[in-house]
Amino acid sequence: MNAAGISVWQIGSVAVQVALCVVGAPLLVGLMRTVRCRLEGRVGPPVRQTWRDLRKLLAKQRTQPEQSSFFFAVAPVVLVATTIVVIAFTPMVTTRTALLGGSDLFAIVFLLLLGSVSLALAALDTGTAFGGMGSSRLMAIVALAEPALLVAILALAAPVHSSSLPVIVAGSLHHPMWLATPQRLLAFGAFVIVILAESGRLPVDNPATHLELTMIHEALMLEYSGPDLAFVVLGESLRLTVLLALLSNLFFPWGIATALTGVSFVVAIAVLAAKVALLAVAVAAGEVAVAKLRLFRVPELLAGAFVLSVLAVLSALVIA
Amino acid sequence: MTALLVAVALSGFAGAVGGLLARARARVVVVAFFTIAASLAALTVALDVLRTGKVATLTTTQVLPFTGVQLRLDALGALFVAVTAVVATAVSIYSVGYSRHHPMSRSSACAFATFVTSMLLVPAAWSVTTFLFAWELMAVASLALVLTDYRRSADVRSAAIWYAVLTQIGATTIAFGLVVLAVKTGGQGFTTMALHSASMAPWLRGAVFLLALTGFASKAGVVPLHVWLPKAHAEAPSAVSALMSAAMVNLGIYGILRVGDTLLGGGPSWWWITVIMLGVGSAIYGSIHAATSTDLKRLLAYSTADNIGLVMIAIGTAGLLSSTGHQSFAALALFAGMFHLVNHAVFKGTLFLAAGSVQYATGTRDLDQLGGLFTRMPIASTIFAFGTVAITALPPLCGFVSEWLLLQSLLHGLSSSVSVSVVLMPLCVAALALTGGLTAAAFVKAFGVGFLGIARSPAAEGASEPPRLMNVGAGVLASLCVVLGVAPIAMVGLLNSVVRTIQTSGGSIVSSHGEALAISDAKGVFDPTLIALALVTSLLCVAGVRRVLSRRHAIRRAPAWGCGRELQTARMTYTATSFAEPLQRVFDDVLQPSQDLDVSHRGESRYFVESVRFGTRGGDAFERLLYQPVFSTVRRLANKARLLQNGSVHRYLAYGLGALVVILVFAR
Repeated sequence: MNAAGISVWQIGSVAVQVALCVVGAPLLVGLMRTVRCRLEGRVGPPVRQTWRDLRKLLAKQRTQPEQSSFFFAVAPVVLVATTIVVIAFTPMVTTRTALLGGSDLFAIVFLLLLGSVSLALAALDTGTAFGGMGSSRLMAIVALAEPALLVAILALAAPVHSSSLPVIVAGSLHHPMWLATPQRLLAFGAFVIVILAESGRLPVDNPATHLELTMIHEALMLEYSGPDLAFVVLGESLRLTVLLALLSNLFFPWGIATALTGVSFVVAIAVLAAKVALLAVAVAAGEVAVAKLRLFRVPELLAGAFVLSVLAVLSALVIA
Repeated sequence: MTALLVAVALSGFAGAVGGLLARARARVVVVAFFTIAASLAALTVALDVLRTGKVATLTTTQVLPFTGVQLRLDALGALFVAVTAVVATAVSIYSVGYSRHHPMSRSSACAFATFVTSMLLVPAAWSVTTFLFAWELMAVASLALVLTDYRRSADVRSAAIWYAVLTQIGATTIAFGLVVLAVKTGGQGFTTMALHSASMAPWLRGAVFLLALTGFASKAGVVPLHVWLPKAHAEAPSAVSALMSAAMVNLGIYGILRVGDTLLGGGPSWWWITVIMLGVGSAIYGSIHAATSTDLKRLLAYSTADNIGLVMIAIGTAGLLSSTGHQSFAALALFAGMFHLVNHAVFKGTLFLAAGSVQYATGTRDLDQLGGLFTRMPIASTIFAFGTVAITALPPLCGFVSEWLLLQSLLHGLSSSVSVSVVLMPLCVAALALTGGLTAAAFVKAFGVGFLGIARSPAAEGASEPPRLMNVGAGVLASLCVVLGVAPIAMVGLLNSVVRTIQTSGGSIVSSHGEALAISDAKGVFDPTLIALALVTSLLCVAGVRRVLSRRHAIRRAPAWGCGRELQTARMTYTATSFAEPLQRVFDDVLQPSQDLDVSHRGESRYFVESVRFGTRGGDAFERLLYQPVFSTVRRLANKARLLQNGSVHRYLAYGLGALVVILVFAR
């Protein structure tokens, strides 16, 4: 470790978590698909099928609708780039992250929002009815999911007086009892609902459907093809992965490295992968059991998440 | 510095006279020259006051009769002067370009210079008469500017009447409050008032605060006194809307701070709870309307109500925490509020000027008629895009930083263990969070529907880039969105000196830590520069990877998929109305839109539909439910009063006799 305070390990951990997520995210989505198929009594494609699909798409030609402009072309890049920045900022492997100045929960929410907004603008840029439909529905969901998320974050940040992620994670490591308090449980509920909504999973959106009138994310990416489509698909799976990693480190922080040693890093990476995979399997298993909500019932679900998070803040204050 | 204060006033009023005298061609150049000169002089004074903390004063008895003029610019006022000066400079440049096809009339040239000068003088006024003089001058000049296009439609005249009535009600309550304060403290200079106000009875102090709050809230466009805002901002020329929305409404906030904190020296918590509640209402109501509006400038006006609501929440929280003894958290909330106010001025100025360019190029501000502007007017559209990113609080532009600071101030307000904050803070957080989401929806709609996709009307089809100076004026503000977002530490010192004028014991709660922002008493730092750098690096890398991966084939331009149809027309795409439909449905109870569905059937059978007409009308619920009943009551009472006045001379003589008797009885 050098005197400047940032060691090779810390920079290495950022590089490792970015690389791990980029390689692992499509596999995670593949895993979820396989789990779902097995539970439904089908064989399903192998886990690495998602990477094969991406490779195939990357070899194809890019097409762009005639009326569209710069925004259509740039949105997949923005989606992937913002998510990679979020991955770099999230302390996944160690709480002693190198990029402390960006490792803030509110900052991460707005970075993810930048990705959603660019995709929504690109969909409107195609000048088709489907693009507008997807964009309108996405923004309606984002507008209602955002409040729930921000308030839930506040409930987590209140006990440590800081929205800095390493501080929150370290705080819950030092006080394991915090994890079982009512505000944590309520905030967990809100987080799960928001994550399902933001990553387009059941019961908000069905990732397996291609029926245009019920879909949100499929409508957004309808005009993309070739490498652009590959980037959008990769971006969405990266977003799911980082959200699950965030969930696991906020609510089940055990295993994250607090010291900068090689052993703790290897353990942290293994535990992180296991936690995220477990959460993904849980989400996939849950998806088998629920049906998609009608679009106009989704606001009620998100309002429920909002109420949960407000209750979380209230109970945090009352208990404090 | 005193000389520069004189220069501000002289140059500003020279502009007003020049506007009256100059010939039509030279008029706008003369006015722009003098307003820019006045603004730059004011900016120099203001920055000097903010940096050194020394106040600039000017007292003269030669100008106004009886009392003279008293000016004193402290750090609080200097911030507002600086914001106004920057916005006015950009708007003046813009106006020169705008006047190429819409020449400035004599009266609006005079009113423009007067308006800017009075806005520069209001925060420097240091006595009741000087303040009210500058305030009224500002109200009258802005009213004249709202009326610029009065020949165009009755809507302009109606908007002006709404504005005139609400602003004059506000001016009356402010004048009443300040006069009561002056009488009770025995002097009309602000220094005397601040010294002696503490000895007043608590109920009287409260009454003065409420009177001033009403007046200033009506200027700031706080719900429910916001009704003039969407009307006047939409109907006034865009340069004027930009000045009003980015500079004038701020002065309402200035007034609340000046009266509440400087003159009355802070107050009990209920004052600030009132401010917070007004802010919460304003933020939520404004953002819901912005998310569902289809008129570009109405949308921007409602978003002003929303952002001013956020500033009100911040200053209310500051007052509340300060009244319960949490000085350092109060300083944080005030810092956040002031930063958001500066940012709002910058991005709302950008957006209104860019919206003006759209109106200039297409002649409409109805989003349902726009579309496809990005390919036709790329520079103006890019400027609007910068404003969109900033107002949506997305990194790396300025809205992101102040949104983060607002959230931090509420987070620290939460943990201040004030019993009332247990109920209030979650409410504020909820308002802030809901506002954030709805603003994102509103501005994706504004930019996505208005500027991207297919042109929806011949007017949008034929749009082209506006005159260069219009883009330069708007671009100045757009580039400030970037500067404030990427290097917010430039503002830390200036804002801390503003905070110190109010929270004298709070110290510098926000400090710069390298290029990051750090909050004392809290662990962790926030580094917008690092975030911006990481974003740019990541974008370049990902774009490079895509370029390498897709180098084998050129991009193919193809028609979008139309479900097998050959022809895609603009009528098939989503409009702003359809985009907002899901949110409209969710917030039905707040918006209360009236909808008519008219289905006519063919004569032969009612199973065959001949035509379907669907229309929605979304007015302002407050206008319908609060103001209309007041109007109709007044009208009814006025009709009753008519009975007294039936035209009979005998009856009038009887009234005269009665009045004489009453006077003789009581005036013995």
